[in-house]
Formats: sequence, C-alpha cells, structure tokens
Amino acid sequence: MSGCNKLTESGRRFFLGRGALAVAGAAAASTVPQAPAKATPALARVAYPVSRLGNMRDLKVNEPMDISYPDADSTGVLIKLGTRVEGGVGPDGDVVAFSNLCPHKGYPMFYQADDRTLNCPGHYSRFDCEKGGLQVWGHATQNLAQFRLRVDAGGDIHAEGVDELLYGRHSNVLA
Amino acid sequence: MAYKRNIDRLPIPPRDAKVNNVVCHYCIVGCGYKAYSWPVNRQGGPAPDDNAYGEDMRGQLGADSAAWAAPSMYNVVRHNGQDVHIVIKPDHDCVVNSGLGSIRGARMAEMSYSTVTGTQQARLTDPLVWRYGTMSPASWDDSVALVAEVTRRVIEEQGEDGLLVSAYDHGGAGGGYENTWATGKLYFQSMKVKNIRIHNRPAYNSEVHGSRDMGVGELNNCYEDAELADTLFIAGANSLETQTNYFLNHWVPNLRGSTLDKKQSQLPNEPHAAARIIVVDPRRTVTIAACEAEAGKENVLHLRINSGTDLVLFNALFTEIATKGWADKAFIATSTSNYDAAIGANRTTVEEAARLTGVSAEDIRKAAAWIAEPKQGGARRRTMLAYEKGIIWGNDNYRTNQSLVNIALATGNIGRPGGGCVRLGGHQEGYARPSDAHVGKPAQNVDELLIGGKGGIHHVWGCDHFKTTLNASEFKRAYQRRTNMVKEAMDSVPAGDRAAQVEAIMKAIRAGGLFSVDVDIVPTQIGSCAHVVLPAATSGEMNLTSMNGERRMRLTERYMDPPGNAMPDCLIVARLAQALERSFRTAGNAAVADRFRGYDWKTEEDAFMDGYHQHEKGGEFVTYARLRAMGTNGFQEPAVGLETTGAVAGGTTTGASPGMVVQGPGIEGARGREPVQQAAPGAGATGTPAATTGGSERILGTKRLYADGKFNRPDGKAVFAATPWRGLQAQGKQAEKDSQRFLVNNGRANHVWQSAYLDQHNDFVRDRFPYPYIGMNPDDMGELALKPGDLVEVFNGNGATQAVAWPEGGLGRNQTFMLFGYPTGVQGNVVSKATNELVIPNYKQTWANIRKLSDAPEAVRHLSWKTQEYRAQT
Repeated sequence: MSGCNKLTESGRRFFLGRGALAVAGAAAASTVPQAPAKATPALARVAYPVSRLGNMRDLKVNEPMDISYPDADSTGVLIKLGTRVEGGVGPDGDVVAFSNLCPHKGYPMFYQADDRTLNCPGHYSRFDCEKGGLQVWGHATQNLAQFRLRVDAGGDIHAEGVDELLYGRHSNVLA
Repeated sequence: MAYKRNIDRLPIPPRDAKVNNVVCHYCIVGCGYKAYSWPVNRQGGPAPDDNAYGEDMRGQLGADSAAWAAPSMYNVVRHNGQDVHIVIKPDHDCVVNSGLGSIRGARMAEMSYSTVTGTQQARLTDPLVWRYGTMSPASWDDSVALVAEVTRRVIEEQGEDGLLVSAYDHGGAGGGYENTWATGKLYFQSMKVKNIRIHNRPAYNSEVHGSRDMGVGELNNCYEDAELADTLFIAGANSLETQTNYFLNHWVPNLRGSTLDKKQSQLPNEPHAAARIIVVDPRRTVTIAACEAEAGKENVLHLRINSGTDLVLFNALFTEIATKGWADKAFIATSTSNYDAAIGANRTTVEEAARLTGVSAEDIRKAAAWIAEPKQGGARRRTMLAYEKGIIWGNDNYRTNQSLVNIALATGNIGRPGGGCVRLGGHQEGYARPSDAHVGKPAQNVDELLIGGKGGIHHVWGCDHFKTTLNASEFKRAYQRRTNMVKEAMDSVPAGDRAAQVEAIMKAIRAGGLFSVDVDIVPTQIGSCAHVVLPAATSGEMNLTSMNGERRMRLTERYMDPPGNAMPDCLIVARLAQALERSFRTAGNAAVADRFRGYDWKTEEDAFMDGYHQHEKGGEFVTYARLRAMGTNGFQEPAVGLETTGAVAGGTTTGASPGMVVQGPGIEGARGREPVQQAAPGAGATGTPAATTGGSERILGTKRLYADGKFNRPDGKAVFAATPWRGLQAQGKQAEKDSQRFLVNNGRANHVWQSAYLDQHNDFVRDRFPYPYIGMNPDDMGELALKPGDLVEVFNGNGATQAVAWPEGGLGRNQTFMLFGYPTGVQGNVVSKATNELVIPNYKQTWANIRKLSDAPEAVRHLSWKTQEYRAQT
C-alpha cells in the first residue's frame, strides 16, 4: 500500500540473517560459564559430521533405504527417485535423503511409493520427496529437513549437512 | 526448491524465563500456548535444571515432546523496551489442544513484529495521513483530530447515517472483549450508528439468526461432547483444516475408539462404541480422508450433495426420524413447541430428497439411522450436529440453519452429553457491546450503500472488504473512485492548513466523495484507499480476552510491545471519543459532546471492566486476576460464581421469571453464548449479588448450555421451525448456475489464516501459496489443456479473478474449490451481490467459467501438485 514507508516484503534475506543471529547468539552465550580469557570467534553454523550412508549400487529405484544422520538417533531415508530432481545427486541427479521424523510432532513417517511422498500417520501431513521435502499438506511449520549429499568417485554417498532444524533437537548436532 | 530456513540450532529458555499465558489469536478453537521470554544476552541449557521446561534436552526428544520448539516458534521481540528472546510453544496442559500446534498457531512467534529478525516488517507503526500524494506519518493527536473533525462535519450535514462503519466483532485477533466493547460503546452508545457491517459480510447481522430465533444459542456444547458422541453429523465444514486441533484432539480419539473408557465412566448405563461420522459436503475433503483412515470407511458416511441442497436433506432426515418413531417425545413435550406444525410443513420423502440432493435414498436412510436409531437396549443415540460456512454462507442460510436445528431438537440432542447443535466457528468470539437493536433486522447492506454513493465518512476497524466481500469487483471500483475524489481534494490545499483541508474534504464529500479511516495492524487492500490509517496492537501486544467454540474464556497476557506507536484498539477508541467530544464542544454543541464522555480508560483492563465485567451475563465474576490464575484452561461462559461462593447464578435466561439473570441491554450481546432475552414486565432485573473484584479465586463456568432443558424463549421452550424448500433462494443464482460451467466452491487452506493478512508477509506461506489455488478435476483440466500450476482466470458476469490450477481427484466434474479471501486473487470478485432476506452473503453457490491466462508462473514451478489427501499405509 502506498501508505507504508517500509518494505512490505521482508524476503528471505531476513530469515537468513535471523538464523545467523540466533546461532551466533547461542554460541556466544554458551561460552559464558567457562569465562575464557579470550573470546573464540563462534562459528556461524554447527559443525556437521560427514557420514557415509551407502553406495550407489545399494540403491534400487523408488525403494527407500533406512539411514540416520547426523547421528544414530536422527533417522531418515535415502531414496533413488528415478527422475532427476533439483537437489538430487548421483549420476542421474535423482538421489535424495530426508529426515523421516515429522517436523510437526516427531512421528516416524512412511514412504508412499506410488507418489513418492513421506506421510505421517500421526496427523496426516505429507511431504514431497521430489520437491525438496515440500509439505504438500500438513501441520508442520516447516518443510521437511533434507540431508545434503555428496557422491564420491567410488559411488559412496555421504551426508554433509541439514537444511532445517530436525524435530526433537534444539541443535541438529548434539554435544 | 522448497523454502528452508537453514536454522540449525535455537537458544533454550533459561530456567527463570518469564512465562505468559497465550491463546492462539487465529481460529475459533483457541489453542493454549505459553510464551517464554528472556533477556537477549542470556540462554538456558539442555540439562533439566537449566531450562524453563525442566526437561532433559541433551538427546533426541521423543514424539509429542513438550520441550521441542520449531524455528517458527522462536523470535527476538521487544518487551518493555528491551529486546528479548521469545518462544511461543503449544501448552501441553491446555485441555483444548493438549500440546498440539497447528500450522497457523505454531507460527505465532515468527508472525510477530521484530526489528531484529525482520519478521512482519509490514506492520503499521505510526498514524498515517494522506499528504503530498502519499501516506505520511503523523502524530496520534493530529491524525485523530482530523478524523474527529471530518466525522463531526459529516454528522452535522448528513446525520449519523452519514457515518458508515466496518468493524470486527469477534475474538482473538478479530476483536476481543476489550475492543468490541470499546467500538460498540462508541457507535452504539455515544452514537446510534446503524450503517455498520462486520468483517466478512456486508451487514451487521448474525450468521445464525435461524438458530437463535428458535431459542438455541449456537455454541451450546463443549469440546468433550465430540469425545462422547455416538455419531458426529457434520455439515458444510472441513474441520481438519478449519478447526484443526478440535478435530485432532477431540474427534479423532472418539473415531479411534480411545475415548471408550471416558464414555463408560461418564455415561455408564448404555452401550458404547467408537464414533461414526456423517459428513455433508459437495466435495471430498482432507477431513473425510482422515476420518476414513481413523474410523474405517464403513464408519464414515460422506453425503455428497448437490451444492446448496442441504435443506432438502435435513428436512428428509427430520421426516424419516419422525416416521421411524425415533424422535425424543419426552424432550419435545417438555422443552419445545411447534413440533407438529414443523413436521407438517417440512415433510420431505427420502426419494424426493434423493432426487434433489443427488445422494442415494439408501445413504439418506442410513444417515437417519446413524443419527437417531436407538442403541441396543433402547438407549437414545447421542449425536453431535455441527455446521459451519457451507451452511452459514450457503443457500438459504436462515431456513437451512433452522432445518438442522430441527433434527437436533427432535432427537433431544441439545444440552446433553455427547450432543449439541453447534456452529464450528471461524474466529474466536469476544462480543460485548451495548444493544444493537437500533440497527434493525434486516440490517443495512453497507457495501451497497458505499457502492451507491451514500455516506460521507467510513470508519474501518480491522476489515478488508477488498478481499472478503461479495461483489468485490464492483465494490473496489466504486470505493476507489469515491476515495480518490477526496484524495484529489486534499492534494489541492496545503496539508498544514487544517481548516482548508477540512473544507476541501467536505466539498468532495458533498460531490459524492468518501473519507476513509482505516484502523488495522497491517496495510490492507482497502487501506490503500484510506486518508487516515491508525496503527493497532494485536493479541499479545496487549492483554486480550476472548472465548473459543465451547465458550472457554481465557486471557492472553501481554508478552511483547506493539510496533512503534501502535496501541490497543480500545485505547484508540478512547482517543477518538475524546477528540469527538472536543470537536463538538468547540463547535458549540455541548449536548452531543457530552455523549462522548466515559472513555477515561488508561489500559485495556479498564475497558474490560467497563464492558464485559459490568455488562455481560456472569461478567461480575470475571477479572484479569482470576483469568490469569486460570491459565490457558480458563472457564466456560457464562460464569455462574466463584469457587469460594459456589454457583450463585446460572441456568438459561428466558427473561420470563422474576429475579432471572438478565444482563445488560444487549440482544445479540451474547454472541455465541445465549441470545439474551429482555426481562418481561415485572420480571425484575439481575438477581446476582455483586462479586468482589480483588482476588484470584477460580471462576465457575457452564459446561453446556440448556442442560436445564430450558431455551432462550419467553416460555423457555425451543420452537421448531417450518423450513420448506424453495430452491436456490438468492436472486439470480439459478440463472448463474444454468449459464456457467463450473461450481466455484471456496474456503480455506490449512497453511493460511483468514485473508492471509499476516501470512502474506511470512516466507513459509508465501513460498507455498504465492497465488490462491483452484482445485479442479483432472479431466476438466485436460479438457481445458491446463497443466498443474497454470494460471487461470475465473470469470462470470459479476467479475473475474485468478488462481493457479491444482488437480484434485476428489473434486467432481465441473466442480472446483478456490482458496477464499486471498490477496493475489480474490474469490469474492466472482460472487454475485445477491444475499438472503437478512443480508447474509451466499459465497458458496457461485458458478463461473475458467480459461487459461498463462503457463505456471516462476513462483509456483517448484511447488508440488500431488493430492492433499492422506492415505493410511497399506
């Protein structure tokens, strides 16, 4: 509206700033009890482990493989979709991995192979594995956390990061 | 790619974080939340002793954890002038939601104004006045003085009918007792404004006059009744998306059979089973899919009626129940009147209904049996009957509403456990106003007055007609034309010359112009036409009381500051009233000036005590201190006493007995509770003693209305209604249906609250819905050569709008479903101006044609077009 002298569209840049702020604040404050002589510059993001999830040859099209990342308590699925998707890795650009804990209330989700979605039996939320975990319909206030993958020359698939806060954690990597 | 926040950790509230009671300010359900806030340079830790939740957060938390906060539940806001961290998280101890958070409410923190994190930067922070061709900041005194001056001048020239008002009248962010009282006092007590309308419809009227006129207030049961019912009968409602946690936390357990212990314990002398559910809806919804997943298809009956034929179905069910001998004769005899006449007038055979509704005769008979056939051993079946916008905004609103209440009364299902005949609701309620009797019935169609050049000034409180009215295309054209006349006049004289400004404005008004004043929390589409914009606070930026769909009243405590110079609406009203007093006094009209006294409120609590506490039934027992102590569970209205005194008031208000509780002058004053009855001559006034206001004693409430078998009629008897079928009642609807291919059914999406007034500024929602969607049958899309996500025009003789096409197999051929009230494509553009006789709009029965505008816009290409419908794992 013409009367508003501010940008009405806050845009993603604010959210990126917001994430960085929250994390920086948390990291800085957590050093207080130890009272270090010199402040150590805090990392802007948590340090993710690199984990081998499997090898390309282990994957069958549209058959999810159970995995966990960044640790054993955070379960997920690794899927070769059979169709190239944005964010997919591997020679066909069709390998993706997601947390399978619903970001609404943490129920383990099941994979519906005929439409390549993860579905929550708790409250019926649905996430599209071909669209970066977009919530097709549901109660979660975020789209589904996707694991960032890399495939090495030998076909090993490694997880290297996560793009949303995982259900049930104040930090994706727990101390 | 799907929108991701890339947040990988969040601060933890320390043990000494400040904790406030919060009730979600969006939908009618009013889920309980807690706000935890703490100084920005501190944080807690994951060990149980180090955090406000007292939970061990060092490892992965299990499902339904009370300790997990999603990024959307976190923000940095200003409180008492200091930046603080805030987490607003569902309350596991609230009986409404038991820790569940919806996709809307669980974003309250993220939807708060923050200069630190940049959220909701669109919020209004200063009064704005049209100056130099744009909206420019002004002081409160100056902007309100201009409003008062023009208001006075218009009233002097045109009388109070020259002042047109649009005002919320609900609860949560749609009003609240403090703000509805303040606006009501201004327009109904200090003035007698009759040209007033409500946020989503063009007149000042009830959506459920039909029920109230039968003596049945529309929120008469409790949420626990959905856990106790044998059968749930739902008409025109999609509760999984529109009353989400009521459905999840109270219906689903009954459908799963997990409330059997509660049924046995509370109702021991009858057999019990898991609930069955009947859903009347022209389309298959996610609600129906969820019911099938929980209860099994054999326990879910979807009556897929032809749009607008609900009344025929209800009359046939009423007839069938009577014919089978399943009516509750004892209840009918003692608590109702006019039964025989109604049976005669409404007689409809099952076959006749099958022909008109498109539902099979077999399914209609099955529905009658599920509603009313006695249980084994002869016990009456407990059926909860509930309805919402499909009825309220559907064909022949008044009679259809009544024809459903007829069924509930005939089966004795009001005032009893497991029963109720209730609207499910949109917003929370929070209505406390002086009598609106002068408005009349039918009330004025204010939108038609605005289109027709009537009135000189328009006060708008939290309404956006441009998104949420019918005949919206014509409305916008007329409104822009009239308000532009005043803008041009204002531009013609220097802004600093107030006297000349007002003269120029008045001259433009005499020529057909309109001066527009918009009070809101965000810039709105109708606000783009305003000459003065006043910034308001929302829930949590002020203390605010409301009640939910089971009349559960709670206080949301102020947990943050309003943006900039924004302030609570009730205090804006006070400023405006005081400015009007000054303006009239300066003009030499002391008599009128004196009417604007009585607004010396310093806080919202002052407005609450002046309004609700003094005027509502049971209000004398209700104070902020007591509500604070009762947390997110509150009490169910009306209050009948205090824990320390016991119940000293109570029972249905008929107005007939001496000493009966008759509070205040209101008629609609008990919105959602009981239609307040005027005391009969000699009946005496309120019989309750004044309660002390100091303490924090627990308030005693009312679990169900009409449990005493009395209804809100002078004789205490609910009256059955004659509701014969008369086709598509609103003028021109049948012709529209005959000439246009597609039914444009419409309603909400789970992601979006109301008209997206805040969601449009939220990245998560805007990413998902940059445009409204229109669900279409895939075969229809094929015929029109439409691909998923293509932008289409929806058009008919009323106007045109746009949406992106989403294939949905659950929609029948030639039937569509469009997101209602969305900023980037307003469904109301294609809704005709026809209403029922009480000026209730008929949004649902709209027919139009559809054509392609363009291939899928870039903003939707990353989206998913898979079905919304959940299927259980096979």
